[in-house]
Amino acid sequence: MMLERLKLVTLVAEPVLEERLTSKLLELGATGFTVTDSRGQGSRGIRASTVPGEGVRIEVVVSADVAAVILQHVKDEYFPSYAVIAWVAEVEVVRGDKYV
Amino acid sequence: MDPIKSNLLSPVALAFALGVVARVIKSEFSLPRDVYAALSVFLLFSLGLKGGVELGHADLSVVAWPAVVTLALGCLTPLSAYAVLRGLGRFSVSDAAGIAAHYGSVSAVTSIAAVTFARGMNAEPEGFMPTLLTLLESPGIHIALAIGALKTAKPGQSVKSVLHEVLTGRSMVLLVGGLIVGLLMGEQHWAGIEGFFDTRGAIFKGALTLFLLEMGVVAGSRLSDLKRVGPFLLGFGVLMPVVHGLAGAWLGTLAGLSVGGATVLAAMAASASYIAAPPAVRMTLPEANPTYYLTASLVITFPFNLLVGIPLYFEAARWLHGAGGA
Repeated sequence: MMLERLKLVTLVAEPVLEERLTSKLLELGATGFTVTDSRGQGSRGIRASTVPGEGVRIEVVVSADVAAVILQHVKDEYFPSYAVIAWVAEVEVVRGDKYV
Repeated sequence: MDPIKSNLLSPVALAFALGVVARVIKSEFSLPRDVYAALSVFLLFSLGLKGGVELGHADLSVVAWPAVVTLALGCLTPLSAYAVLRGLGRFSVSDAAGIAAHYGSVSAVTSIAAVTFARGMNAEPEGFMPTLLTLLESPGIHIALAIGALKTAKPGQSVKSVLHEVLTGRSMVLLVGGLIVGLLMGEQHWAGIEGFFDTRGAIFKGALTLFLLEMGVVAGSRLSDLKRVGPFLLGFGVLMPVVHGLAGAWLGTLAGLSVGGATVLAAMAASASYIAAPPAVRMTLPEANPTYYLTASLVITFPFNLLVGIPLYFEAARWLHGAGGA
Protein backbone atom coordinates (compact mmCIF):
# COMPACT_ATOMS: atom_id res chain seq x y z
CA MET A 1 0.00 0.00 0.00
CA MET A 2 1.17 3.55 -0.69
CA LEU A 3 2.26 5.21 2.51
CA GLU A 4 3.15 8.85 2.85
CA ARG A 5 5.47 10.39 5.43
CA LEU A 6 3.85 13.16 7.47
CA LYS A 7 4.14 14.66 10.99
CA LEU A 8 1.98 13.73 13.93
CA VAL A 9 1.81 16.69 16.30
CA THR A 10 0.54 15.84 19.80
CA LEU A 11 -0.46 18.50 22.30
CA VAL A 12 -1.43 17.72 25.87
CA ALA A 13 -3.08 20.73 27.47
CA GLU A 14 -5.42 21.98 30.16
CA PRO A 15 -9.04 21.26 29.19
CA VAL A 16 -9.87 24.97 29.13
CA LEU A 17 -7.62 25.40 26.07
CA GLU A 18 -9.29 22.75 23.91
CA GLU A 19 -11.56 25.05 21.95
CA ARG A 20 -8.91 27.69 21.35
CA LEU A 21 -6.25 25.19 20.30
CA THR A 22 -8.38 23.15 17.94
CA SER A 23 -9.80 26.16 16.12
CA LYS A 24 -6.26 27.52 15.78
CA LEU A 25 -5.04 24.20 14.34
CA LEU A 26 -7.61 24.38 11.56
CA GLU A 27 -6.72 27.99 10.94
CA LEU A 28 -3.03 27.10 10.63
CA GLY A 29 -3.70 24.48 7.98
CA ALA A 30 -4.70 21.22 9.66
CA THR A 31 -7.58 19.44 7.97
CA GLY A 32 -8.81 17.74 11.12
CA PHE A 33 -7.79 16.63 14.60
CA THR A 34 -8.51 14.07 17.32
CA VAL A 35 -9.14 14.98 20.96
CA THR A 36 -9.12 12.54 23.85
CA ASP A 37 -9.52 13.19 27.57
CA SER A 38 -6.42 12.43 29.55
CA ARG A 39 -4.99 12.39 33.04
CA GLY A 40 -1.51 13.02 34.23
CA GLN A 41 1.01 15.13 36.00
CA GLY A 42 3.79 17.39 34.79
CA SER A 43 6.22 20.07 35.84
CA ARG A 44 3.40 22.49 36.59
CA GLY A 45 1.86 19.96 38.93
CA ILE A 46 -1.64 18.66 38.40
CA ARG A 47 -3.48 21.69 39.65
CA ALA A 48 -4.68 23.74 36.76
CA SER A 49 -8.20 22.38 36.34
CA THR A 50 -10.99 21.99 38.87
CA VAL A 51 -10.49 18.26 38.81
CA PRO A 52 -6.75 17.85 39.38
CA GLY A 53 -4.78 16.16 36.65
CA GLU A 54 -7.35 16.39 33.89
CA GLY A 55 -6.17 17.30 30.46
CA VAL A 56 -6.93 16.95 26.79
CA ARG A 57 -4.69 15.26 24.29
CA ILE A 58 -4.98 16.75 20.84
CA GLU A 59 -3.48 14.90 17.90
CA VAL A 60 -3.16 16.16 14.38
CA VAL A 61 -1.44 14.84 11.26
CA VAL A 62 0.02 17.59 9.09
CA SER A 63 2.82 18.46 6.70
CA ALA A 64 6.25 19.35 8.13
CA ASP A 65 5.67 23.05 7.40
CA VAL A 66 2.35 23.20 9.19
CA ALA A 67 3.81 21.25 12.12
CA ALA A 68 6.52 23.89 12.52
CA VAL A 69 3.97 26.71 12.48
CA ILE A 70 1.80 24.94 15.06
CA LEU A 71 4.71 24.40 17.42
CA GLN A 72 5.84 28.02 17.11
CA HIS A 73 2.32 29.21 17.89
CA VAL A 74 2.00 26.98 20.95
CA LYS A 75 5.43 28.05 22.16
CA ASP A 76 4.65 31.77 21.85
CA GLU A 77 1.08 31.76 23.11
CA TYR A 78 0.81 29.02 25.69
CA PHE A 79 4.10 27.80 27.09
CA PRO A 80 4.63 30.88 29.31
CA SER A 81 1.45 30.61 31.39
CA TYR A 82 -0.31 27.35 30.71
CA ALA A 83 0.30 23.68 31.32
CA VAL A 84 0.92 22.46 27.76
CA ILE A 85 3.36 20.02 26.28
CA ALA A 86 3.91 19.34 22.59
CA TRP A 87 5.87 16.88 20.53
CA VAL A 88 6.20 15.77 16.94
CA ALA A 89 6.61 12.28 15.56
CA GLU A 90 7.23 10.94 12.09
CA VAL A 91 4.29 8.90 10.88
CA GLU A 92 3.41 7.05 7.73
CA VAL A 93 -0.20 7.35 6.76
CA VAL A 94 -2.44 5.92 4.12
CA ARG A 95 -4.30 8.41 1.96
CA GLY A 96 -1.74 11.11 2.65
CA ASP A 97 -3.59 13.67 0.57
CA LYS A 98 -6.30 13.82 3.23
CA TYR A 99 -3.96 15.66 5.58
CA VAL A 100 -2.42 18.40 3.47
CA MET B 1 -31.93 22.81 68.01
CA ASP B 2 -28.96 25.08 67.57
CA PRO B 3 -28.78 25.93 63.82
CA ILE B 4 -25.04 25.33 63.48
CA LYS B 5 -25.22 21.95 65.17
CA SER B 6 -28.28 20.88 63.23
CA ASN B 7 -26.57 21.98 60.02
CA LEU B 8 -23.45 19.95 60.75
CA LEU B 9 -25.63 16.86 61.09
CA SER B 10 -27.56 17.50 57.87
CA PRO B 11 -27.21 14.90 55.11
CA VAL B 12 -25.49 17.36 52.76
CA ALA B 13 -22.83 18.32 55.30
CA LEU B 14 -22.21 14.71 56.31
CA ALA B 15 -22.05 13.56 52.69
CA PHE B 16 -19.51 16.29 51.97
CA ALA B 17 -17.44 15.20 54.96
CA LEU B 18 -17.60 11.59 53.81
CA GLY B 19 -16.29 12.64 50.41
CA VAL B 20 -13.34 14.41 52.02
CA VAL B 21 -12.60 11.43 54.25
CA ALA B 22 -12.79 9.05 51.29
CA ARG B 23 -10.09 11.10 49.59
CA VAL B 24 -7.95 11.43 52.71
CA ILE B 25 -7.86 7.67 53.25
CA LYS B 26 -7.02 7.34 49.55
CA SER B 27 -10.13 5.41 48.65
CA GLU B 28 -10.51 5.07 44.91
CA PHE B 29 -14.15 6.11 45.25
CA SER B 30 -15.48 8.98 43.19
CA LEU B 31 -18.65 9.53 41.21
CA PRO B 32 -18.22 9.00 37.48
CA ARG B 33 -17.68 12.36 35.77
CA ASP B 34 -20.83 12.09 33.71
CA VAL B 35 -22.98 11.37 36.74
CA TYR B 36 -21.51 14.39 38.50
CA ALA B 37 -22.20 16.53 35.43
CA ALA B 38 -25.75 15.17 35.13
CA LEU B 39 -26.46 15.89 38.80
CA SER B 40 -25.30 19.48 38.41
CA VAL B 41 -27.53 19.88 35.35
CA PHE B 42 -30.49 18.54 37.32
CA LEU B 43 -29.83 20.78 40.33
CA LEU B 44 -29.34 23.96 38.32
CA PHE B 45 -32.24 23.34 35.96
CA SER B 46 -34.60 22.51 38.84
CA LEU B 47 -33.54 25.70 40.59
CA GLY B 48 -34.18 27.73 37.44
CA LEU B 49 -37.56 26.11 36.66
CA LYS B 50 -38.93 26.53 40.15
CA GLY B 51 -37.61 30.09 40.25
CA GLY B 52 -39.30 30.87 36.95
CA VAL B 53 -42.67 29.52 38.07
CA GLU B 54 -42.42 31.55 41.29
CA LEU B 55 -41.33 34.65 39.40
CA GLY B 56 -44.61 34.35 37.50
CA HIS B 57 -46.57 35.11 40.68
CA ALA B 58 -44.18 37.67 42.10
CA ASP B 59 -45.18 41.30 42.24
CA LEU B 60 -42.70 43.60 40.54
CA SER B 61 -42.72 45.91 43.55
CA VAL B 62 -41.62 43.03 45.78
CA VAL B 63 -38.79 41.97 43.49
CA ALA B 64 -37.49 45.45 42.60
CA TRP B 65 -35.62 46.38 45.80
CA PRO B 66 -34.04 42.97 46.34
CA ALA B 67 -32.90 43.11 42.68
CA VAL B 68 -31.32 46.53 43.23
CA VAL B 69 -29.41 45.50 46.36
CA THR B 70 -28.34 42.27 44.65
CA LEU B 71 -26.79 44.22 41.79
CA ALA B 72 -25.10 46.49 44.33
CA LEU B 73 -23.68 43.43 46.12
CA GLY B 74 -22.53 42.07 42.77
CA CYS B 75 -20.46 45.21 42.24
CA LEU B 76 -19.25 45.41 45.83
CA THR B 77 -17.99 41.86 46.45
CA PRO B 78 -15.32 41.69 43.72
CA LEU B 79 -14.06 45.19 44.59
CA SER B 80 -13.76 44.50 48.30
CA ALA B 81 -12.10 41.14 47.67
CA TYR B 82 -9.65 42.72 45.23
CA ALA B 83 -8.84 45.59 47.59
CA VAL B 84 -8.17 43.23 50.52
CA LEU B 85 -6.06 40.82 48.47
CA ARG B 86 -4.03 43.58 46.86
CA GLY B 87 -3.75 45.93 49.81
CA LEU B 88 -3.38 43.56 52.76
CA GLY B 89 -2.42 40.31 51.08
CA ARG B 90 0.14 41.84 48.68
CA PHE B 91 -0.99 39.57 45.88
CA SER B 92 -0.07 40.39 42.29
CA VAL B 93 -2.71 42.12 40.15
CA SER B 94 -3.49 38.90 38.28
CA ASP B 95 -3.73 36.75 41.39
CA ALA B 96 -5.84 39.31 43.26
CA ALA B 97 -8.18 39.80 40.29
CA GLY B 98 -8.39 36.04 39.69
CA ILE B 99 -9.36 35.31 43.28
CA ALA B 100 -11.71 38.32 43.38
CA ALA B 101 -13.54 37.00 40.30
CA HIS B 102 -14.28 33.79 42.23
CA TYR B 103 -15.59 35.70 45.24
CA GLY B 104 -17.60 38.06 43.06
CA SER B 105 -19.33 35.22 41.29
CA VAL B 106 -21.76 32.87 42.99
CA SER B 107 -21.67 29.22 43.97
CA ALA B 108 -25.09 27.93 42.95
CA VAL B 109 -24.68 24.87 45.18
CA THR B 110 -24.05 27.07 48.22
CA SER B 111 -27.24 28.94 47.40
CA ILE B 112 -29.17 25.67 47.05
CA ALA B 113 -27.79 24.50 50.39
CA ALA B 114 -28.86 27.81 51.95
CA VAL B 115 -32.40 27.43 50.57
CA THR B 116 -32.59 23.91 51.96
CA PHE B 117 -31.24 25.04 55.32
CA ALA B 118 -33.63 28.00 55.63
CA ARG B 119 -36.59 25.75 54.87
CA GLY B 120 -35.41 23.35 57.52
CA MET B 121 -35.52 26.25 59.99
CA ASN B 122 -39.09 27.06 58.89
CA ALA B 123 -38.01 30.24 57.13
CA GLU B 124 -39.15 29.72 53.55
CA PRO B 125 -37.13 31.99 51.24
CA GLU B 126 -38.84 34.02 48.52
CA GLY B 127 -39.45 32.03 45.35
CA PHE B 128 -37.57 34.50 43.17
CA MET B 129 -34.16 33.87 44.77
CA PRO B 130 -32.81 32.11 41.62
CA THR B 131 -33.48 35.34 39.70
CA LEU B 132 -31.30 37.17 42.19
CA LEU B 133 -28.62 34.53 41.75
CA THR B 134 -28.31 35.29 38.05
CA LEU B 135 -28.25 39.04 38.78
CA LEU B 136 -25.46 38.58 41.31
CA GLU B 137 -23.32 36.33 39.17
CA SER B 138 -22.65 38.46 36.18
CA PRO B 139 -21.35 41.82 37.50
CA GLY B 140 -19.31 40.02 40.13
CA ILE B 141 -17.16 38.04 37.78
CA HIS B 142 -16.91 40.68 35.06
CA ILE B 143 -15.75 43.50 37.28
CA ALA B 144 -12.88 41.45 38.69
CA LEU B 145 -11.84 40.14 35.28
CA ALA B 146 -12.01 43.65 33.85
CA ILE B 147 -9.72 44.98 36.59
CA GLY B 148 -7.23 42.23 35.90
CA ALA B 149 -7.39 42.56 32.13
CA LEU B 150 -7.07 46.34 32.19
CA LYS B 151 -4.27 46.46 34.74
CA THR B 152 -2.18 43.80 33.10
CA ALA B 153 -3.01 45.32 29.68
CA LYS B 154 -2.79 42.03 27.91
CA PRO B 155 -3.54 42.56 24.23
CA GLY B 156 -5.30 39.92 22.17
CA GLN B 157 -7.66 38.61 24.85
CA SER B 158 -10.99 39.97 23.72
CA VAL B 159 -13.61 40.96 26.25
CA LYS B 160 -16.09 39.31 23.94
CA SER B 161 -14.69 35.82 24.42
CA VAL B 162 -14.81 36.19 28.21
CA LEU B 163 -18.35 37.49 28.06
CA HIS B 164 -19.23 34.54 25.88
CA GLU B 165 -17.54 32.13 28.29
CA VAL B 166 -19.50 33.43 31.28
CA LEU B 167 -22.87 33.95 29.64
CA THR B 168 -22.93 30.61 27.84
CA GLY B 169 -21.48 28.63 30.74
CA ARG B 170 -23.44 25.65 31.98
CA SER B 171 -24.76 27.33 35.10
CA MET B 172 -25.95 30.48 33.34
CA VAL B 173 -27.70 28.64 30.49
CA LEU B 174 -29.45 26.22 32.84
CA LEU B 175 -30.43 28.86 35.38
CA VAL B 176 -31.52 31.60 33.03
CA GLY B 177 -32.98 29.08 30.60
CA GLY B 178 -34.82 27.35 33.44
CA LEU B 179 -36.17 30.67 34.68
CA ILE B 180 -37.55 31.50 31.24
CA VAL B 181 -39.00 28.03 30.70
CA GLY B 182 -40.56 28.13 34.17
CA LEU B 183 -41.98 31.58 33.60
CA LEU B 184 -43.46 30.61 30.23
CA MET B 185 -45.01 27.31 31.27
CA GLY B 186 -46.59 28.64 34.44
CA GLU B 187 -48.24 26.84 37.32
CA GLN B 188 -50.46 24.57 35.24
CA HIS B 189 -47.67 22.75 33.43
CA TRP B 190 -45.41 22.88 36.45
CA ALA B 191 -47.87 20.59 38.24
CA GLY B 192 -47.04 17.86 35.75
CA ILE B 193 -43.28 17.85 36.41
CA GLU B 194 -43.22 19.14 39.95
CA GLY B 195 -42.77 15.67 41.38
CA PHE B 196 -39.43 15.37 39.62
CA PHE B 197 -38.01 18.91 39.68
CA ASP B 198 -39.44 20.29 42.92
CA THR B 199 -36.59 21.79 44.93
CA ARG B 200 -38.42 20.80 48.11
CA GLY B 201 -38.83 17.21 46.97
CA ALA B 202 -36.97 14.09 47.95
CA ILE B 203 -35.44 13.59 44.50
CA PHE B 204 -33.85 17.03 44.55
CA LYS B 205 -32.54 16.65 48.08
CA GLY B 206 -31.16 13.22 47.27
CA ALA B 207 -29.40 14.55 44.17
CA LEU B 208 -27.97 17.42 46.21
CA THR B 209 -26.64 14.96 48.78
CA LEU B 210 -24.94 12.84 46.12
CA PHE B 211 -23.53 15.95 44.48
CA LEU B 212 -22.01 17.08 47.76
CA LEU B 213 -20.50 13.68 48.31
CA GLU B 214 -18.56 14.18 45.10
CA MET B 215 -17.79 17.82 45.99
CA GLY B 216 -16.19 16.44 49.13
CA VAL B 217 -14.01 14.14 47.02
CA VAL B 218 -12.98 17.04 44.78
CA ALA B 219 -12.21 19.30 47.75
CA GLY B 220 -10.43 16.45 49.53
CA SER B 221 -8.12 15.86 46.60
CA ARG B 222 -6.96 19.47 46.86
CA LEU B 223 -6.50 19.36 50.61
CA SER B 224 -2.71 19.24 50.37
CA ASP B 225 -2.78 22.59 48.55
CA LEU B 226 -3.80 24.26 51.80
CA LYS B 227 -0.16 24.17 52.82
CA ARG B 228 0.87 26.00 49.67
CA VAL B 229 -1.48 28.96 49.79
CA GLY B 230 -0.22 30.47 53.02
CA PRO B 231 -1.99 31.71 56.15
CA PHE B 232 -3.27 34.93 54.58
CA LEU B 233 -5.44 33.16 52.04
CA LEU B 234 -6.69 30.77 54.72
CA GLY B 235 -7.89 33.72 56.79
CA PHE B 236 -9.25 35.44 53.71
CA GLY B 237 -11.24 32.36 52.70
CA VAL B 238 -13.08 32.44 56.02
CA LEU B 239 -13.32 36.15 56.86
CA MET B 240 -14.17 37.55 53.43
CA PRO B 241 -17.32 35.39 53.15
CA VAL B 242 -18.39 36.47 56.62
CA VAL B 243 -18.06 40.15 55.66
CA HIS B 244 -19.86 39.62 52.34
CA GLY B 245 -22.47 37.42 54.02
CA LEU B 246 -23.27 39.95 56.71
CA ALA B 247 -23.49 42.70 54.08
CA GLY B 248 -25.88 40.45 52.14
CA ALA B 249 -28.03 39.72 55.19
CA TRP B 250 -28.19 43.42 56.06
CA LEU B 251 -28.95 44.69 52.54
CA GLY B 252 -31.41 41.84 51.96
CA THR B 253 -33.26 42.72 55.15
CA LEU B 254 -33.31 46.41 54.21
CA ALA B 255 -34.74 45.50 50.81
CA GLY B 256 -37.62 43.69 52.48
CA LEU B 257 -36.57 40.06 52.10
CA SER B 258 -37.80 37.58 54.71
CA VAL B 259 -35.37 35.91 57.13
CA GLY B 260 -35.07 32.98 54.73
CA GLY B 261 -34.57 35.22 51.71
CA ALA B 262 -31.96 37.36 53.47
CA THR B 263 -30.13 34.17 54.53
CA VAL B 264 -29.98 32.91 50.97
CA LEU B 265 -28.88 36.30 49.59
CA ALA B 266 -26.18 36.41 52.28
CA ALA B 267 -24.98 32.92 51.40
CA MET B 268 -24.87 33.83 47.71
CA ALA B 269 -22.88 37.02 48.38
CA ALA B 270 -20.55 35.08 50.68
CA SER B 271 -20.01 32.21 48.28
CA ALA B 272 -17.20 31.80 45.81
CA SER B 273 -17.74 30.08 42.49
CA TYR B 274 -15.72 27.02 41.60
CA ILE B 275 -17.55 25.87 38.47
CA ALA B 276 -18.16 28.96 36.35
CA ALA B 277 -15.26 31.16 37.40
CA PRO B 278 -12.15 28.95 37.06
CA PRO B 279 -12.24 28.50 33.28
CA ALA B 280 -13.10 32.17 32.71
CA VAL B 281 -10.20 33.27 34.92
CA ARG B 282 -7.82 30.76 33.38
CA MET B 283 -8.61 32.13 29.93
CA THR B 284 -8.46 35.81 30.82
CA LEU B 285 -5.75 35.94 33.47
CA PRO B 286 -3.35 33.12 32.66
CA GLU B 287 -0.70 34.56 35.00
CA ALA B 288 -3.00 34.10 38.00
CA ASN B 289 -2.04 30.97 39.90
CA PRO B 290 -4.92 28.44 39.82
CA THR B 291 -3.77 26.91 43.08
CA TYR B 292 -4.70 30.15 44.88
CA TYR B 293 -8.17 30.65 43.52
CA LEU B 294 -9.22 27.01 43.37
CA THR B 295 -8.00 26.25 46.87
CA ALA B 296 -9.53 29.39 48.36
CA SER B 297 -12.95 28.92 46.79
CA LEU B 298 -13.24 25.13 46.82
CA VAL B 299 -11.27 23.94 49.84
CA ILE B 300 -11.73 26.87 52.24
CA THR B 301 -14.76 29.01 51.48
CA PHE B 302 -17.15 26.38 50.16
CA PRO B 303 -16.89 24.04 53.19
CA PHE B 304 -16.88 27.03 55.55
CA ASN B 305 -20.13 28.36 54.12
CA LEU B 306 -21.70 24.94 53.97
CA LEU B 307 -20.89 24.00 57.54
CA VAL B 308 -20.74 27.26 59.52
CA GLY B 309 -21.46 30.23 57.25
CA ILE B 310 -25.06 29.48 56.30
CA PRO B 311 -26.30 29.04 59.89
CA LEU B 312 -24.36 32.15 60.85
CA TYR B 313 -26.02 34.24 58.13
CA PHE B 314 -29.36 32.81 59.20
CA GLU B 315 -28.76 33.96 62.78
CA ALA B 316 -27.68 37.36 61.48
CA ALA B 317 -30.79 37.68 59.32
CA ARG B 318 -33.00 36.65 62.24
CA TRP B 319 -31.30 39.17 64.50
CA LEU B 320 -31.59 41.93 61.90
CA HIS B 321 -35.29 41.24 61.48
CA GLY B 322 -35.74 41.34 65.25
CA ALA B 323 -33.75 44.57 65.51
CA GLY B 324 -35.89 46.08 62.80
CA GLY B 325 -38.78 45.95 65.23
CA ALA B 326 -40.68 43.34 63.20
